[in-house]
Amino acid sequence: MTSDRRFPVRLDLKKGAVDMSHGSGGRAMAQLIGELFQRYLDHELLTLGNDQALFMPPPGRMVMSIDGHVISPLFFPGGDIGSLAVHGTINDVAMSGARPLYLAAGFILEEGFPLGDLARIVESMAQAANAAGVPVVTGDTKVVERGKGDGVFITTTGIGVVPEGILISGDRAEPGDVILVSGSMGDHGVAILSKRENLGFETEIRSDSSALHELVAAMIAAVPDIHCLRDPTRGGLATTLNELAHQSGVGMQIREDAIPVRPEVAAACELLGLDPLYVANEGKLIAICPPDKAERLLDAMRAHPLGTESAIIGEVVEDPHRFVQMETDFGGSRIVDWLAGEQLPRIC
Amino acid sequence: MKYIDEFRDKGLARRLAETIAAEAHPGRDYRLMEFCGGHTHAIFRYGVQHLMPPNLSFIHGPGCPVCVLPMARIDHAIALATQHDVTLCTYGDLMRVPASERKSLLKAKADGADIRMIYSTQDVLRIARENPDRQVVFFAIGFETTTPPTAVAVKTARAEGLTNFSVFCNHVLTPSALQTILSTAGPDGVQLDGILGPSHVSTLIGSRPYRFVAEQFGVPVVIAGFEPLDVMQSALMLVRQLNDGRCEVENQYTRAVSEEGNRKAQALIDEVFRIRPEFEWRGLGFLPNSALALDDAYADLDAEERFPVEFAPAKEIKGCECPAILRGVKTPTDCKLFGNPCTPDNPMGSCMVSSEGACAAYWSYGRFRAASLQPKVESRS
Amino acid sequence: MCLAIPARITSIDVAADTAKVALGSVGKEISLALIEDAAVGDYVLIHVGYALNKISEEEAQRTLEMIAQMGLLADEQELVPEPTSTVTGPGGQR
Repeated sequence: MTSDRRFPVRLDLKKGAVDMSHGSGGRAMAQLIGELFQRYLDHELLTLGNDQALFMPPPGRMVMSIDGHVISPLFFPGGDIGSLAVHGTINDVAMSGARPLYLAAGFILEEGFPLGDLARIVESMAQAANAAGVPVVTGDTKVVERGKGDGVFITTTGIGVVPEGILISGDRAEPGDVILVSGSMGDHGVAILSKRENLGFETEIRSDSSALHELVAAMIAAVPDIHCLRDPTRGGLATTLNELAHQSGVGMQIREDAIPVRPEVAAACELLGLDPLYVANEGKLIAICPPDKAERLLDAMRAHPLGTESAIIGEVVEDPHRFVQMETDFGGSRIVDWLAGEQLPRIC
Repeated sequence: MKYIDEFRDKGLARRLAETIAAEAHPGRDYRLMEFCGGHTHAIFRYGVQHLMPPNLSFIHGPGCPVCVLPMARIDHAIALATQHDVTLCTYGDLMRVPASERKSLLKAKADGADIRMIYSTQDVLRIARENPDRQVVFFAIGFETTTPPTAVAVKTARAEGLTNFSVFCNHVLTPSALQTILSTAGPDGVQLDGILGPSHVSTLIGSRPYRFVAEQFGVPVVIAGFEPLDVMQSALMLVRQLNDGRCEVENQYTRAVSEEGNRKAQALIDEVFRIRPEFEWRGLGFLPNSALALDDAYADLDAEERFPVEFAPAKEIKGCECPAILRGVKTPTDCKLFGNPCTPDNPMGSCMVSSEGACAAYWSYGRFRAASLQPKVESRS
Repeated sequence: MCLAIPARITSIDVAADTAKVALGSVGKEISLALIEDAAVGDYVLIHVGYALNKISEEEAQRTLEMIAQMGLLADEQELVPEPTSTVTGPGGQR
């Protein structure tokens, strides 16, 4: 990029750190935006330098979603907070069946945060947005004093447009419907835990963080009448199924032996006393559709690179209690409840 | 995973269930107390009760160190952390246990106390080494299984001359709890026909300490592993003892438990700890010789000595039946608070906090099961 | 109570009295301070970062055989159940 005469000394991305002036609205902030954010996120609407992005609304129904990202550690196997902020919001938009169009990103930076780390995060964000074909077109930066943030928080907003004839909503599950998942459960949460101080264990597991909108497009092309889609992020499969059951006023019956879980994830969960059904995912979805469309939907999911391990895991049933119940691997049965509190590693 | 997957085999479970159903005499009850929360957890998580005949029931025992810790000890720990500004380290299990006035370690942390969750006593030592200007207190809980790792940490701290490390000791002993439950058994107490004995505790102390259960109280014991097939096999072994009129201490968990246990770990416990004359157990009251404190030789590492605190005596929550549930006298659904307002999201008593607590297990895995599910095993001829 | 799981020792650091263990493909460093004569390849029971005890392969096999045997009794008059890979012999009561 061309040098800007306002800033004779370039930002020091090797040793420099965020300070309060970077959020002041003055020259230092302009330099941070110009030399760091716009360097990577170089969409024409963003580099124009306005406080908003101007575009023509496409025909059809639009959806909008917002997602705040706070994560420790910021960098983890399979991604970082930057790629996660893009994927998470694209997925929230896509779970309506929508084609995501644009993203907006708000950064809250803590005084003292290394500029080099920030550059890595923004570059990763740009790569994720480019790969997904969903650009970041407007943004915002604020700086808080040291001790009042945790390095960096990113809030992303996404908008998208829903194809005609598609009506996907969490309240549409009906008794008899079939429940599918797009792959193995718990990869993201275990990848994060493996890097937490104290817990340090060694595993090859990487976060499944990825943008699911193309998988969704392939799914609705095959089966337009999908009733529900949702990505089982925090709280994992168990909590998300409970949300859907509650929203639709139905029960669910799932089979433990049908739920894909990687052996490494199962082993790490044994070690920490966690249940993989409650561990977070960032690149998987749950789909609910009428029984006669389930096989076609499964085939479409498996044909997509992000859905090769898709599986049918159970059915929607009538139940005034709105319970999610599971037939265990062992041949017994039990309730799969909402996550209570936080999933903490336990000794007993 | 070796030694795990084999003991969760569905086919073997079904056949064992059929044998138990065939051998249990329809005319009598088999009330088996599983001492440990680990058993409770396995029974619910895998749906083991579901595979048992209707006249075989499991009574949940007090074997969850989180559940039996009296509220006053959590109050004490919070006072330690706030009145002396120490770094208090403990296992994740304790973070949400209710203290007085709806407090908990998690809430005390939110209020500014330096409370950290650790996975191993090695982490506590590391935190102490890395923060020489902070006093680091380990809030130690657990039965005989969790005690030796505390002993190792104490000895290491002494050897390294770590002056900012100390232990708030709450280790308790299982045999005295069993003794208490059995001495109050009968018409007014719990009615039980057999006991599934602790498994991981027994890897340390061996099977010998349970002889008194069979000899003094005439109740058969089977030391039982924590995998679901272990629990089922142990139930069948108890059924057979009862049918034969035998009363012995049998060991199902032979792959990890011997008669004498782990001598090296026992020696460490003997060296580092002394037996407290009495200690309060939630639900069971003050029990003689039922807990450990640091031995006089290590008294300088005892946080209770180093940091005297003042706090008001804890008041138990009105209506909470945890005490009776821990004694096996009541079941969670007998408690008026169960489900409203007491749930895992809003626990009033300790049995709702630990995932091994009887109330949490009932709530998470078992509630309304009877209403909506048909038993899978019907072969009860 | 007392969450403990079996894991295989993959290497030992004698000076530090620690070992690397594997649970499936997950690795973890643990202390050997509580046990004696641990060797690479042994299975140990892990609790809060410590090995509590060694696991006896022989006894585990025997227990599984006993479980299979106990299950057979009810099935005697029915079809012989399909063998499971973990059952290697007739087993029986000790």
